[in-house]
Amino acid sequence: MALAVFVVVALIAWEMARGAMPSIQAFGWRFLVSTDWDPVAEKFGALPYLFGTAVSSTLALLLAVPLGLGTAVYLVELAPASVGAAVGFVVELLAAIPSIVYGLWGLFVLAPFLRAAVEPWLIAHLGFLPLFRGYPFGIGMLNAGIVLAVMVVPTIVSISREVLASMPRSLREAALALGATRAEAIAVTLDAARPGILGAVILALGRALGETMAVTMVIGNTNRISASLLAPGATMASIIANEFTEATGKLYLSALIEIAFVLLAATLIVNAGARLLVTRTTGGRRDVAGAA
Amino acid sequence: MTSPAPPRALAPRLAHGPSARRRAADLGATLSCHLAAAVVIVPLALIAWHLLRMGLGGLSLEFFVRLPKPVGELGGGMANAIVGTGLLVGIATLVAVPVGVGAGLFLAEYGDGRLGTLVRATADIMSGVPSIVVGVAVYGLVVVPMGRFSALAGGLALAIIMLPTIVRSTEEVVRLVPRSYREAALALGAPRWRVIHDVVLPAASGGVITAVLLALARAAGETAPLLFTALGSRFWSVAIDRPIASLPVYIFDYARAPYDDWNRQAWTGALVLLMLVTVVSAMVRLTTRGVARR
Repeated sequence: MALAVFVVVALIAWEMARGAMPSIQAFGWRFLVSTDWDPVAEKFGALPYLFGTAVSSTLALLLAVPLGLGTAVYLVELAPASVGAAVGFVVELLAAIPSIVYGLWGLFVLAPFLRAAVEPWLIAHLGFLPLFRGYPFGIGMLNAGIVLAVMVVPTIVSISREVLASMPRSLREAALALGATRAEAIAVTLDAARPGILGAVILALGRALGETMAVTMVIGNTNRISASLLAPGATMASIIANEFTEATGKLYLSALIEIAFVLLAATLIVNAGARLLVTRTTGGRRDVAGAA
Repeated sequence: MTSPAPPRALAPRLAHGPSARRRAADLGATLSCHLAAAVVIVPLALIAWHLLRMGLGGLSLEFFVRLPKPVGELGGGMANAIVGTGLLVGIATLVAVPVGVGAGLFLAEYGDGRLGTLVRATADIMSGVPSIVVGVAVYGLVVVPMGRFSALAGGLALAIIMLPTIVRSTEEVVRLVPRSYREAALALGAPRWRVIHDVVLPAASGGVITAVLLALARAAGETAPLLFTALGSRFWSVAIDRPIASLPVYIFDYARAPYDDWNRQAWTGALVLLMLVTVVSAMVRLTTRGVARR
């Protein structure tokens, strides 16, 4: 049975590699830097999707890391026990909501709100930056980044919380005894916990990279690369979700499988790095390292 | 929230306390942490509110017992999708539980060697595989050889999603079973497999059930692995070698459709899906409480 686990992973990797082979042979490295996506002429390049995945995940982390870390510090250092338990429970619930429900909310609630209130303001006041040029569509990179941020916050909170809780109390007590304020003492603990927190952030990145349904529903799905966060885009996961069942032609299907292969490789590297960091910081407590 | 008072004995020497600037920084940092925790709660409240507001209206008996209506006709339900999700999750559980619990037991009982480390690392890798990739892989491994989309393929995809959670949690709860149980059984002359089967597994069963339910709740809400495996269906079907409807895929299709009535039904579907997940989570809380009391 234990070997079955191994076999399943090997089968997934093998199937990806096999399915992607025609595309790898046809396009080689150009696949990763080309912006062509022409099923009729059978010319494929994945750059817009690599770009979309990178931008939406980065935006998600920019929003989620400060919030998640602040919440973790609040839960470990500041919150009274009862409030802490309640907030912890809410964070757990956020993690339990299916991705499709986030997508529904992003599409029907967040998008109209962004379109009517947030994006016109951004265009009017920050429109001099290329980041905020264009039209207020509601759906697009900004929406995807926000929805992803909400989805990865629980990962950041729960792991940073464990990492912070595993730090020796003596660190904080020593700082306080030297006359540090509470925030300064927390900063000392945070500094010691840095590798573990970095691990939490990278695990969250792994989740954001592979997240499919919610992003597909709110990102707008065009294969254009735009500097503006307000413009629609597409990610590796969303292009697969959108076009896989419609892919006619061997090369078209193979190109999509190659995207899945690249996505798999990226998440594996990211996750392996994260787990290494978290396990080192918490001294190999598996409940923490496996929390995501 | 200001800095804590220094201990009494030191107080005279620290009479001035931290400077105003450090005190302001302390207050600012503390306040931002409170603010962050407050902001994190907001999305959950908003999502819950909108789900109830948009979804509750469509919630009726009809939604649970009727099939979807053709485009243009109002009403209809998602009975086939609810049953389909049940069937898919059932298949997934049947496949994932023996494999996952077996692997978890192996890791806890024999997993200190090199093979254990390898399997553990593989399970960790598996939990990081994006669910859409699982869908693509199962498409190539099951759908293509079978020649059609099927409930079986969907169930297998969900089983792969469930597996790592079950493996890891099973290992953890089995490790919690006291050594003395095993030693007592071994001292009575029981062979190792009987010790595991008759003593360790029953003692850990509560935790294992919790692990399975958690994995099940997660799998029930998964959409991406089903898109190219179970596909979807607008008809009544319980055949495992045919495409089958599921709640998450229905929500996806109905949310993207340009019909208001379908969008409304997507909200109701999401509400029902979330209720299912919540019921399972509540069961988890009950079983864990039972275990804790023992």
